Amino acid sequence: MQTTSNVAELAAISKRMRREVIEMITEAKSGHPGGSLSAVELVVTLFFDVMRHDPANPKWKDRDRFILSKGHCCPILYAVMAECGYCPKDQLRTLRKLGSIYQGHPDMRFLPSLEASTGSLGEGLSLGIGMALAARLDKSPSRTFVMLGDGEIQEGQIWEAAMFAGFKRVDNLVAIVDSNRIQLDGWVRDIMDESPLADKWESFGWHTIEVEGHDISALQKAFAEAAALKDQPTVIIAHTTKGKGVSFMENNPKFHGTAPTVEEEARALAELA
Amino acid sequence: MPAKTKFELKTGLATREAFGKALAELGRVNPNVVVLDADLSKSTYTAEFGHAFPQRFFECGIAEANMVGIGSGLALGGKIPFASSFSVFLLNKGFEQLRLTAAYPHVNLKIVGTHSGISIGEDGPSQMSIEDLSLACSLPGFTVISPADEVATKALVTRAAEVFGPIFIRTGRLKVPVIYAADQVFEIGKAIQLIDGSDVTLIATGLMVAESIRAAETLAAEGVSARVIDMHTIKPLDRDAISGAAVETGAIVVSEEHLADGGLGVRVAQVVAQTHPAAMEFVGIDNTYAESATPEQLLDKYGLRAVNVAAAARRAIARKR
Repeated sequence: MQTTSNVAELAAISKRMRREVIEMITEAKSGHPGGSLSAVELVVTLFFDVMRHDPANPKWKDRDRFILSKGHCCPILYAVMAECGYCPKDQLRTLRKLGSIYQGHPDMRFLPSLEASTGSLGEGLSLGIGMALAARLDKSPSRTFVMLGDGEIQEGQIWEAAMFAGFKRVDNLVAIVDSNRIQLDGWVRDIMDESPLADKWESFGWHTIEVEGHDISALQKAFAEAAALKDQPTVIIAHTTKGKGVSFMENNPKFHGTAPTVEEEARALAELA
Repeated sequence: MPAKTKFELKTGLATREAFGKALAELGRVNPNVVVLDADLSKSTYTAEFGHAFPQRFFECGIAEANMVGIGSGLALGGKIPFASSFSVFLLNKGFEQLRLTAAYPHVNLKIVGTHSGISIGEDGPSQMSIEDLSLACSLPGFTVISPADEVATKALVTRAAEVFGPIFIRTGRLKVPVIYAADQVFEIGKAIQLIDGSDVTLIATGLMVAESIRAAETLAAEGVSARVIDMHTIKPLDRDAISGAAVETGAIVVSEEHLADGGLGVRVAQVVAQTHPAAMEFVGIDNTYAESATPEQLLDKYGLRAVNVAAAARRAIARKR
């Protein structure tokens, strides 16, 4: 696969991935566009620039691993994995349909190049710790990245895992909070305010980086800072916009879990042209 | 007087202690074995492994959900993790994680619950695991093992590390009689017939196996020929052993230190219903939680003794066609 550190190229890939997400979810007539669109630059920067991985050898022992703990946002992961060459692009439109490898939430039985089956929130960070510990035992350079939602981290297991990783200094682990500020029932600040979020992670022993989550060069710096840090896990709190890139989806709780209509799809694709 | 059998039933190790010893031995022969515990390693006996192999031992604190998730992650990273706690915490607090991260993706995670059943005694019902077999058996693809003594525990723990897939092994706190010779061979999913008989079959698991042997001795003194089967693997069940018992003895008693509704008994009944009709009786805990007392008092009060098994056998035989 082609990798790149060029910001303009990563931005161009990001725009293509947004189009894929819209087309997949419209065709499926259900799914979660908002949190897929907020995570585009994060997932694209990881897969095309930051992570050491090889789509031709998906079970390479020393690969970096990515776990989408907020599993409902799998359309962006599928689109990026297909773009990398892990799985067929021409089947992306089968999302959520009977027999599709692109299940409604990530399912390793159907898509073995996934690192984890997710969908029940709050569980990916513990899995990531396990993978990071296995790499440490094997003296492997493998690093593990876990993407969490800002709604998801209301789950108690996240804080059990945060306490473990901070105390045990699991420094080959990076958590990313896609802080798009909206969850299913509305705004995070109204449902279960998490502020001061960085302070919470810091007090659990994590190195904390806050970053604008659609700024690719800022993301590159954040990931480089995490890679250089020893003896501490890093959490990147990425401030993002839910529905980013499509005006009528941005900051609109309706598009947490509602598919665009065909008319809305046309408007969205026109904006993403 | 009960008739003598070849079983001396001398008191041996608790199955939790046999597990701890087997685990430490596994650590010596297989560098891929790793162990997780949730602040109970002195009680689950994983501490012996922890002392011998500190790099491969992960103390998770009192956080079972996270422990199970980390265990699954270690398995996905190529390790053979054994996560251990009291069965009641492992299965109940870790259940969602066992479902999503172990059963559903079918990962190579082993979980070993100790302090199962009511024979933990004085600590009382909050610590007593009487639902764990039904919970574990409900998970697709899980293998569920319930050894009866120290020999079975050692063999089955060792075997669990050799086969791929999620496995629950249920052990107890109480010292239990030794049933097997040290060289007995165990195969996951293959029941062991301990005594042959033609009038009734006593199928049991865990500490109820020894009670069933004693019940067979009592019945033999009455002229009743009882077959005794150790169903050490609850899932997958040995269907041939069950249907054979139904055909050849026509009466079956299933005994378990677990809720009678949901554990081994109902699963055996399902096989009987599908294969050959037989009169059945069930010895287990009857839709209730127990209480604090000595293990012996509790096993008496809640009807988990040879005398209960023998009485159930007489009822089943009376209903035979």
